[in-house]
Amino acid sequence: MQLELSAEDAAFREEMRTFFTTEFPQEIRDTVLEGRHLTREQIVESQQVLNKAGLAVPHWPEEWGGRGWSDLQRHLWHEEMQSAGVPIPLAFNASMIGPVLAQFGTQEQKERFLPATANLDIWWSQGFSEPDAGSDLASLRTTAVRDGDDWVVNGQKTWTTLGQYGDWIFTLVRTDPDVKKQAGISMLLIDMTLPGVEVRPIELIDGGHEVNEVWFTDVRVPGDMLVGDLNGGWTIAKFLLGNERVGVAPVGLTKRALATLKANAGDRLDDPYVRARIVEIENELLALELTALRVVAHSAGGEPHPASSVLKLKGTELQQAVSELAVDLAGPASIASGADDDSPLAGWARRSAPTYLNLRKASIYGGSNEIQRQIIARTILGL
Amino acid sequence: MDFTYDDEQQALREAVRGLLTKQYGDYEVRRRTTAQDPGFDEDLWARLAEMGVLGLPFAESDGGVGAGPVEIGIVCRELGRVLAPEPYLTGVVLAGGLVSAAGTAEQRAEVLGAVAAGERVLAVAHDEPDGPRWAIDAPGTTATRDGEGWTLTGAKDPVLHGARADQVVVTATLPDGGTGLFLVDFTSDGDTAERTGYPTYDGGRAARLVLDATPAVPLGDAGTDRSATIATMLDLTRVMAANQALGVMQAQLAATTSYLTSRKQFGVTLNTFQALTFRAADMYVSLELTHSVVDWATMTIASGDRDALRDAAARCALQTSRASRHIGQEAIQLHGGIAMTAEYSVGTATAHLTVLDHLFGDGDHHLGALAAGVTDHDTLEALG
Repeated sequence: MQLELSAEDAAFREEMRTFFTTEFPQEIRDTVLEGRHLTREQIVESQQVLNKAGLAVPHWPEEWGGRGWSDLQRHLWHEEMQSAGVPIPLAFNASMIGPVLAQFGTQEQKERFLPATANLDIWWSQGFSEPDAGSDLASLRTTAVRDGDDWVVNGQKTWTTLGQYGDWIFTLVRTDPDVKKQAGISMLLIDMTLPGVEVRPIELIDGGHEVNEVWFTDVRVPGDMLVGDLNGGWTIAKFLLGNERVGVAPVGLTKRALATLKANAGDRLDDPYVRARIVEIENELLALELTALRVVAHSAGGEPHPASSVLKLKGTELQQAVSELAVDLAGPASIASGADDDSPLAGWARRSAPTYLNLRKASIYGGSNEIQRQIIARTILGL
Repeated sequence: MDFTYDDEQQALREAVRGLLTKQYGDYEVRRRTTAQDPGFDEDLWARLAEMGVLGLPFAESDGGVGAGPVEIGIVCRELGRVLAPEPYLTGVVLAGGLVSAAGTAEQRAEVLGAVAAGERVLAVAHDEPDGPRWAIDAPGTTATRDGEGWTLTGAKDPVLHGARADQVVVTATLPDGGTGLFLVDFTSDGDTAERTGYPTYDGGRAARLVLDATPAVPLGDAGTDRSATIATMLDLTRVMAANQALGVMQAQLAATTSYLTSRKQFGVTLNTFQALTFRAADMYVSLELTHSVVDWATMTIASGDRDALRDAAARCALQTSRASRHIGQEAIQLHGGIAMTAEYSVGTATAHLTVLDHLFGDGDHHLGALAAGVTDHDTLEALG
């Protein structure tokens, strides 16, 4: 048992911290730290700066830009990025389809897609959820039917985050309707400019446009866009969702948000009840961060540690708790969400309520928190 | 950074677990043991001494083993797992720790050597009926010079294992202010202090101690203010109490999952009901978060930084308090009526957690202290 980082890991952390705080574009960091929305251009620029420095996809195989870091080093990289207000690389590219293609893709697919995916020259969207297939993903009904060399796709995906920016979409489609539902699913890569693909916005409770419906009507997809085995999509989905839980606890980001909130809180900090709420959240964040470190230290062979469900569950709860505290500290100013920048009310206060509402999503996505409880109960506790 | 035990630490854990499971693996034995005074097993105490467990925290030159906080934490966790009623936390960790930190070389060798050998049981008399709760001073007890020696006057209550103790470490206000540490001996006849022992609701033992010009020996140089030493030893003991509570909670969750998979109602085992399994999952979340904080605080002791320890002890105590109430209450609820009975361990475990929570400061107490310093930092850094 030892708390200190090794000299090597401490130097690594310092190297990350220095890069993120001195060499990364300040304007993008300010946008993140002030809780404002990033534009598509900013997200692309951010990832390209990271990719140029070898910091966009360090967890990929080294052949495709990976760095061969330890799990602890990956954790430190991830935390330092968030602490500095550097947007983490687009999850659909860096954490989802990239590792999937590196593991299951053909050589041709790897060469065609991986470099462009790392550099965000291609913006990927995720086409998994459907109106009747949420937590029960295997019930999905979008079909792909073989026609010559092509697949013809029909159906509807939903909750497609930032689909309005998407160039390509990786989808789970039903390729065999006559077997057990998990056994008839395949993964297809679909060019979103193909005829028959339509993206429709979904307006959310915060007034923003973040997610979409994606409709497929007789979309002809070339046969070589199948990933992995035919009807092997469920295995790939489990691999991808397993990866999704690693790093899903936004510890650094939530710590930063709480620190910013303290700095903005002014004389509300004189209220002992407010101070007590902050201490409770800070203490739970400490517990979460230490648990993330324990998980990192114990995970082996790339398999997610079962306790990573704890990180997702508690991490999103704390993210939500900080956003809730922000609305309470903002008070009546939180109502002025639609006021322009000439408003005398502080920007953070005006943005607090939409952010709070927006973050209700965190306990729903990435395997809802109830799914995480199910995993804990079954896998860890044997119930 | 490493959160795992090395080979020697694992061997220690297995040895202590083996001994304690043999003794208290059957909860009925614990129940019988606590039914009569002194409320713990003197033979087991002797075997713990033989194993070196009672001398773990003390320097080798004082007759101890010179082990670190991780090893002491291992022992506390194992004691917690079986609800062992032996006076380790207050008698060895805190009382021995105070003697170790404040005593002269002769006192250390004489007292700690006897403690490590299992020949002498210590207690700490600090809490006062009208005193400030969980403070480091002792305004209700005064120390007075009496010729070459000292006497103490005041009341202390509750004093854990105070009726059985051979010697009691007593905190008292010094003539010139500050708080001193004294040793009151009960091994010879003609006690001038009145001791009234009683059982506590978790099967433990405590006592009321009334000192009336009772002769006492100062630990270390006479008249020295020991406030800083008391504060640090209380912080260290808070972390060890959290280790003990962690062991209790681990056992409670294990008992709960075992019960859910075996108890049948409506013709099926209880784990069929998601309303129950989700609550067990939440207990696991609380337990794992607490485990991390307890490990962290235990490792912080080794840094030797008193300020860092004070902060870590408060954070650890806050987390442990919240978790022990959550897990202790849910363990009873998920079992149902059986956990309300004295013959089943789970309810007593919750009782024991409640004692541990109120020994050295509950969650709200530490929350208050931490709230005062909430603007002193930007973010909390787990790794420094």
